[in-house]
Amino acid sequence: MTEWMGTIAMRHNRAGYYIHEGINSIFTHGFMSFASICIIVACLLIMGSFTLLALNVDDIINTMESENVILAFVDDSLSETEARALETQIEAIPNVANAEFVTRDQSWESFVESYQNNTLFEGLDSSVLRHRFVVYIDDIGQMEETQNAIREVPGIGGVNAHLEISDGFVRLRNVVTAVSLVLVAILFIISLFIMSNTVKLTTFERKDEIAIMKMVGATSGFIRWPFVVEGLILGLVGSLLAFILQWGVYELVINRFIGNSGIAFLTFMPFGAVAVPLLIAFLVVGMGVGVIGSLIAIKNYLKV
Amino acid sequence: MVQFKDVFKTYENGTKALKGVSFQIDDGEFVFLVGPSGSGKTTIIKLITGEIAPTDGSVNVNGYDLGSIKFSKMPFMRRTLGVVFQDFRLIEDRNVYENVAFAMRVIGASNKEIRRRVPYVLELVGLDTRTKRKPQELSGGEQQRVAIARALVNNPKLIIADEPTGNLDPARSLEIMMLLEKINELGTTVLVVTHEKELVNSFSKRVIAIDGGRIISDGMDGYYSYET
Repeated sequence: MTEWMGTIAMRHNRAGYYIHEGINSIFTHGFMSFASICIIVACLLIMGSFTLLALNVDDIINTMESENVILAFVDDSLSETEARALETQIEAIPNVANAEFVTRDQSWESFVESYQNNTLFEGLDSSVLRHRFVVYIDDIGQMEETQNAIREVPGIGGVNAHLEISDGFVRLRNVVTAVSLVLVAILFIISLFIMSNTVKLTTFERKDEIAIMKMVGATSGFIRWPFVVEGLILGLVGSLLAFILQWGVYELVINRFIGNSGIAFLTFMPFGAVAVPLLIAFLVVGMGVGVIGSLIAIKNYLKV
Repeated sequence: MVQFKDVFKTYENGTKALKGVSFQIDDGEFVFLVGPSGSGKTTIIKLITGEIAPTDGSVNVNGYDLGSIKFSKMPFMRRTLGVVFQDFRLIEDRNVYENVAFAMRVIGASNKEIRRRVPYVLELVGLDTRTKRKPQELSGGEQQRVAIARALVNNPKLIIADEPTGNLDPARSLEIMMLLEKINELGTTVLVVTHEKELVNSFSKRVIAIDGGRIISDGMDGYYSYET
């Protein structure tokens, strides 16, 4: 018998053992595994929905930002050539993406076009209007500062911007982003808590087995790994299911409900545009919750 | 080898379980540790298996100083031990062979080693024809034999049997004790914790008697007269 002393080495393919035990445990504790997957799917769906909402709000605001411009009116005393020369100065202002010069004649044509057959314009001509710049900006949040800077340019007689609209956009984006971040963080912690408790029930059923493993000299790592594999697989399955469901729910909401509602004029992101990063995020969060939940659950049993 | 030097153990609730215990068990010995309930027997077992640490004094088991051993080294110390419990502690959903093989698998033995070693040990304990049975299909004596096979399979230096016959009738108890004696004759040190006077007295072995956390006798005459 002494020939065996020291011969039982760590030569076994342990990865195979861990995977076998992890998968075996999933099926042995089928109901708990099902419960764990459901929890991961539910939490990821809620997290994903809020993330998609935040991304869409951001996208819509970005689109509106590009349409939300500052009108800078040129002083009447300047000729058209002098007015055009202001373009360089305006574009040099921080946050100005570009400035588009519009003559008073072009403005008049556009004005009249939008109010066709209106007798109010009879007897008037373009001289009542001023040359202007349509200024596009990078960040809608700095609209007021940019407006003030344009007003300071010599030759600019007045500036017009819809600050209340830009403020509204910025506030909406900030609120949606903050709410989404907080919700995602809370849901992550909740799912971690539920997941670890679910795995705890599984480990409780196996506490005698773990005690035997400790008694015969298994290392903590050896005991822990099958649980990690189990959590990883449950997380992977949960993530993939959640992704497929999220896809279905998103398409349903965008096409069926919003498409027939009063906000149908808004353009929503196609799912394909966010599919890959969302899948990666789901996999990372799902498998992370699975693994961390398992580690938390088994921690107490390894202290001896 | 097991060596206790002036060991004290006080639990967190203030219970003084051991009050200066010293003894030594050399390699190859067969020793009975006897004493009434609450005398400190279980505390000694827990100290040897590393479940608890001594409050004072030193405990040395198979070359490991358990007062200063690192947590990461504890599994390797435990591989030098085989533990048998009164309630067998077998895994119910695994058959006899798997229960024994499990002990090898969790310390990283290869399948080849397991296939070689497990049948040998099951034959040694007389269970080579019951390998496919689940624990609940076996008698108490057979279940204890599985537990002994599991304790033996990793070829430990020391087997600790904690009340191994507590759930068995006298005939089965004697069989188990004879099996442990046979294992001892093959070179493994055996420490049997019990309070069964007749059983102890029917073997001519060293008997350490403990009561109130102190050793009250330690003799080679194999006689246990203490009233439990």
